[in-house]
Amino acid sequence: MSLPPVPQPSAGSETTTSDAPAAIKVQIQGLNFFYGNHQVLRSISMDVPALQVTALIGPSGCGKTTLLRCMNRMHDLYPGNRYEGAIRVQPDGTDIIAPEVDPIQVRMRFGMVFQKPNPFPKSIFDNIAYGPRIHGLAKDSIELDEIVERSLERAGLWNEVKDRLEQPGTSLSGGQQQRLCIARAIAVGPDVILMDEPCSALDPIATAKVEELISELREQYSIVIVTHSMQQAARVSDRTAYFHLGKLIEVGETKQIFTNPIHRLTEDYITGRFG
Amino acid sequence: MSYERDFTVRPEPYQKQQEGRAHRRGTIDRNFRRLGFLLTLATLGILGILLLNLAMNGLARIDWQFMSSFPSRRAGEAGILSAWVGTLLLMLVTASAAIPFGVAAGIYLEEYASKNRWTDFVEINIANLAGVPSILYGLMALGLFVYQFRFGQSLLAGGLALGCLVLPIVIVATRESLRTIPSSIREAAFALGATKWQAVWHHLLPYSTGGIATGVILAMSRAIGESAPLITIGALTFIAFLPPAPLISHAPFVSGEWLFSPFTALPIQMFNWVSRPGEEFQSNAAAAGLILMVITLSMNAAAILLRRRAQRNITW
Repeated sequence: MSLPPVPQPSAGSETTTSDAPAAIKVQIQGLNFFYGNHQVLRSISMDVPALQVTALIGPSGCGKTTLLRCMNRMHDLYPGNRYEGAIRVQPDGTDIIAPEVDPIQVRMRFGMVFQKPNPFPKSIFDNIAYGPRIHGLAKDSIELDEIVERSLERAGLWNEVKDRLEQPGTSLSGGQQQRLCIARAIAVGPDVILMDEPCSALDPIATAKVEELISELREQYSIVIVTHSMQQAARVSDRTAYFHLGKLIEVGETKQIFTNPIHRLTEDYITGRFG
Repeated sequence: MSYERDFTVRPEPYQKQQEGRAHRRGTIDRNFRRLGFLLTLATLGILGILLLNLAMNGLARIDWQFMSSFPSRRAGEAGILSAWVGTLLLMLVTASAAIPFGVAAGIYLEEYASKNRWTDFVEINIANLAGVPSILYGLMALGLFVYQFRFGQSLLAGGLALGCLVLPIVIVATRESLRTIPSSIREAAFALGATKWQAVWHHLLPYSTGGIATGVILAMSRAIGESAPLITIGALTFIAFLPPAPLISHAPFVSGEWLFSPFTALPIQMFNWVSRPGEEFQSNAAAAGLILMVITLSMNAAAILLRRRAQRNITW
């Protein structure tokens, strides 16, 4: 594998951002990421617009999930991982990968939905209430009930589960479990929702529901979604970023990426020549 | 040569050869099945005969008098009161030592410790500890608890000795139980902003209590039958009194005095009776053995039930 020497982090070195009208929520600036001595992300610079859906696409091992997990400091859980560069979250401009920033504060601002639905083996209510409880977001049980109801409503699950909040979250169907996990992430009150291939374990009908939900959620949340499905990226996202071997190749309006990609690698990938 | 060769019909000699082989394989299979069945039956038979033997010799001896009497020189008046009370209190000490230490060590090794040479070394030695002969734990307890810490030949020293003995079982059960929790559950908790402590207390421990409890019961059923470490630290074989009561009538209402009392236990009482001449003492021993056996078997049964329930109640 021959790659050009790693350029020093410099803001906007590889950004191909076309002029986006939306406000910027997250600025990734010259981000390098290492698993031990192995560099997985190479000098990534891109902007995540507020209240839009940004899709991260690329072949397996291109670093898209790694980038997503940088944004809520998930890599801190495992030893030997190292970040370089900055990820600034607006409006305050905090660099969330700075060592002095508490990952717990970061995770409250960046909710995460995983590849496989992973509800806790607790009741539906307790699944949603867990985050607000540990952060003391509710003054009393009435307020907690409200948070749970609002979160489930936003995740489009309230009507399906309102009569069985005491049943285990694991008793729901796969698609319902994934929406439960979305509601659980919302309940903590994040600005950004990170989704790591949220539909890869779901059937087409459940997938359609989750995609519909993503379109609704973008009115209140900035969403970053990793997906293997180019159709899904085309359907749900406003902007798409294409990654290859740990480098950001191209980022732009989804329509432009899919109809008129600038880079040859992007074109080969979206036309299915590899991947 | 035609491409339309029919591959389903094999040439004659080949087919015959295959049939012969299939037949031989079938015979070996059947014979092994019979042998396995017989060996299993023999194993169960030995257990059955043992139980039956104990029951025939001892069952008649088990009555209220037997349970509520102290040992005596006259076999007919002897009982196991001090022995079962001793065993009960011993298990209390053992459990209170082995559970917190074992569970904490298991959580540390599985969730907190980074994987390096040092933890590999600790891990190998925990596996080794499980294989150390129990009498060596007795020697260790004699030197450390009885003489060094001056606990004397007491319930405390005996319970701690047994606690050390079963500690590896509790550690291993805790670790295995934690390991069955998928890492996606840990990540879910952390992604919501839980600290490691919160992830352990709110999720990992509750989801693994079934497995841990099973391990603890198995550990206790191992400890309850041990006699070698207790004899080594000098547990008495003839005790005609009960330890001081743990609850007292004046403040602070609990007393730790019983911890320092000399004691006997069921296996020791049994050992004592077996080594005596006379038919009647032998049936006393059988009766004590029967009680010990029933306790152990029911503890194991409880462990199995608990494990089944834990498996059924949690799905990922």
